[in-house]
Amino acid sequence: MKYEQLSLIQLDALREIGNIGAGNAATSMSKLIQKKVDMEVPNINIVAFDEVMEMVGGAENLVVGILFEIHGKAPGIVYLLFSLEEAELLVKQMTNDNSMTLYNGEEPNSIAFSALQEAGNILAGSYLSALSDFTNINMQPSIPHLSIDMAGAILTVGLLPISEFTDYAIIINTKMNDVQGEHNGVNGQFLLLPSPESFTKIFQALGIQDDK
Amino acid sequence: MINNEHTIVKVGIADLNIVSAPDCIRTTGLGSCVGVVLYNQPKQIAGMAHIMLPNSKLAKQTNLNLYKYADTAIDILVDQLCRKGLRKSSLQAKLAGGAQMFQFSSNNDMMRIGQRNIEAVLQKLAEHHIPVIASDVGGNFGRTIEFDPATANLRIKTITKGEEII
Repeated sequence: MKYEQLSLIQLDALREIGNIGAGNAATSMSKLIQKKVDMEVPNINIVAFDEVMEMVGGAENLVVGILFEIHGKAPGIVYLLFSLEEAELLVKQMTNDNSMTLYNGEEPNSIAFSALQEAGNILAGSYLSALSDFTNINMQPSIPHLSIDMAGAILTVGLLPISEFTDYAIIINTKMNDVQGEHNGVNGQFLLLPSPESFTKIFQALGIQDDK
Repeated sequence: MINNEHTIVKVGIADLNIVSAPDCIRTTGLGSCVGVVLYNQPKQIAGMAHIMLPNSKLAKQTNLNLYKYADTAIDILVDQLCRKGLRKSSLQAKLAGGAQMFQFSSNNDMMRIGQRNIEAVLQKLAEHHIPVIASDVGGNFGRTIEFDPATANLRIKTITKGEEII
């Protein structure tokens, strides 16, 4: 499949997938932090690898990334990304403990890390189950893989399966925003990177495999 | 007016470039990728490649991006440096990267790509008889690297392990 040749209807379908997934995840997030959570209209980005890094503030930018492998008929990778501040705020709100930090000095705080992974589980689980219901394709998230590091290092992992085929990635990018705290709320970003072979399956499932 | 500003030439993912002093060359956010620097210190010329995958022969791509693979990118880098008038036998190498960012349970080969990248780079450098003067590879963290051809210093920045020069 040629990435450059997606039809408008296929792009729309991918956008809708991002919408449905993140909509469901935003509801879960809202329950988790007991605040209203909004989401932005998803972007479908067909981008060179360097541009992927620009989407999250540059390759050197520090991000909190929770990666899930997608198992099932349409494999891929989904990332849930936060800034350090957002992740810390999320953990504070989940644990009801305002003194909670991600690091105790240099050492990672295992309770905070574990809370973050659990949040990832809940959010990615609801994201993927919505996709699964919509497409009727079985998709299961792996366990969460958490890393706090440079965006380039974290996101390359998700690009590797694609990189054997092409130098472009199709990324379904959705942002969630905690409505009350515009300045320092818990905002999260989902990046969905289906494997190249998964697109055909997704489009077939939705009955839009023809490039029209 | 004397222009003593030096530029920093950027190398993207699956990309390579060449600089001479006083300019520096850098690539950001190396995870499993390996940054390879080939240089000649007396002439103060250096080339850097940001390698993503070990072997172009495993590619399932029709339009190969030769800068992406260890086996092809290093050949090109050597060739371009030789065109600048350097002899291959005068080149030296420094490298960094090849981390494993996540511990996956599935034994998918893609997931230990960092180690495979390092091995492929070392093998290719050995084929060209280019000595590796210093390296900082492996681990589970990202690196940004910057090379100064004037001093042959490779500055490595990380988020958690601070900064070092090799």
